[in-house]
Amino acid sequence: MNQYNAILNKDEQVAFELRSLYRSYGYLPYKMSKFEEYDLYVRNKDFLVSDNVITFTDTNGRLMALKPDVTLSIIKNGRDAEGLVEKVYYNENVYRISKGTHSYKEIMQTGLECVGAIDAYRIGEVVSLAAESLKKISDRSVLDLSHLDMVSAVLNDAGLSEAGKQKIYSFLGEKNLHGVLRVCTEEGIAQAAVEAVKTLVTLYGAPEKVLPALKSLCPAAQPYVAQLQELIGQLRENGLADTVRLDFSVIPDMHYYNGIVFRGFVDGIPTGILSGGQYDKLLRKMGRKAQAIGFAVYLDLLEELAEDAEYDVDTVLLYDETDTPASVAAAVKKLAKTGSVTALRQIPAKLTYKTCISVKEVNSRG
Amino acid sequence: MDNMLNIALPKGRLGEKVYAMFKAAGFECPSIEETNRKLIFENPEKNVRYFWVKPSDVAIYVERGAADIGVAGKDILLEYNPEVYELLDLDIGKCRMAVAAKNDFRDDPKKTLKVATKFTNIALNYYTSLGRDIDIIHLNGSIEIAPILGLSDVIVDIVETGTTLKENNLEVVETIVPISARLIANKSSFKFKNDMIESILARMAKKSEE
Repeated sequence: MNQYNAILNKDEQVAFELRSLYRSYGYLPYKMSKFEEYDLYVRNKDFLVSDNVITFTDTNGRLMALKPDVTLSIIKNGRDAEGLVEKVYYNENVYRISKGTHSYKEIMQTGLECVGAIDAYRIGEVVSLAAESLKKISDRSVLDLSHLDMVSAVLNDAGLSEAGKQKIYSFLGEKNLHGVLRVCTEEGIAQAAVEAVKTLVTLYGAPEKVLPALKSLCPAAQPYVAQLQELIGQLRENGLADTVRLDFSVIPDMHYYNGIVFRGFVDGIPTGILSGGQYDKLLRKMGRKAQAIGFAVYLDLLEELAEDAEYDVDTVLLYDETDTPASVAAAVKKLAKTGSVTALRQIPAKLTYKTCISVKEVNSRG
Repeated sequence: MDNMLNIALPKGRLGEKVYAMFKAAGFECPSIEETNRKLIFENPEKNVRYFWVKPSDVAIYVERGAADIGVAGKDILLEYNPEVYELLDLDIGKCRMAVAAKNDFRDDPKKTLKVATKFTNIALNYYTSLGRDIDIIHLNGSIEIAPILGLSDVIVDIVETGTTLKENNLEVVETIVPISARLIANKSSFKFKNDMIESILARMAKKSEE
């Protein structure tokens, strides 16, 4: 595998490493068709990262879409089976609007889904694989972890109105303390409850720093704090606790997600590169009884990490009309054993190379 | 990226005030106070690098990670909705986003309201929340002239003192949202330069409380 690292792009390298990682934990590859009926996305529009989908009419008149997402297809095609777990991973291209340009983009995405009877161990396994995926991408990575049910428990306990809660969720996502405090004042929330909400906004960091502070949250939140603690224990066992930060600003769409949610970052990439969590609510919406947890890694972002190659080619091999084709071929063959080589009659102005040598010099060296 | 903390400041009077706040918080950069045409200033001792950018561009620099933190008006954040953390209300550069019209303007709900503005998204969100049908006219400047010439019924714009409006026989009809400068941070930088960003945040929060 490593012998090809020099040729593979960073995203290809990572894609291979992640595949073998997921495989080693018993996840099976999931291959899907490029298209999906548009109807699937209309019904679950908010689950998608962007609303827009490339559509076309199939030969039989059905409206089809180039898939903007993989999870929905996996859920749609799976069947509930008591006590069983479907463990799959995928490596697919999806089509979405990129935020800056307002044009469609092909995005290579890899990820895994675990659907069925989910227990604490499974959640820990998926979160561990997410943390490990980040480690494969970069030495400097962070996995932000939150528990949505714990956040809801704190907001419910504060006695906020539905509209107030929605506002707080969006402010929480921005770590916007002044916004949160304003909503609390508007709604006349008691001081103790305000302190609890404030804790959610400002608390950030390693589990050993954050977990003790969560003990002060309301009793309704404590079962979820205990779950977090247990999960951290499992991550520690896997040697991954050092990359985990507790961060309650991780707020994916509350209509689909519940429980443990997370987002991954690596140094040098300005946006999150991994996102995931439990999404039992999505399964309910799609009429399934099972539970689910999964995540996706946005491999297209890895381009930013790729180091620029120093040279276009290692060696330029110069030949002229006095060299026979056979002698040029012999020299190329010899040089190609140690690196890249290109045989030229003259050197183009923009080509960068380490060394330049003539056919006669190479062949005289024997 | 290097380990220095990159800070994007909005060019202009507000930016100078903001720099003074960073300085007061203990992150000074003497070279920035010299008069010259440089755009980037470093203080290796404090591990900070400041640069001046157009105020409406600060959020873009921060969102894309070219700056780790920056200071942007709430108007820009509402208009562009960048993926950043909004860590602190600096309580300076205060003004409001408002609807203004000619003094004798009477709103006729039967008609589509013509709205001229630089802030298309803010205007759209505001009128959608009211359920009002509007026709947006995007302008890049001198918004006040639109209702006078009959280009629009009302304008949505930033109002600081209201002098410009008054001089043009316009008045504020409705305040949409109060605006002030906010300290914003790139989401990834917040993780990897956390100690430094948190310490700036804590000191600036303390200063703005005083």
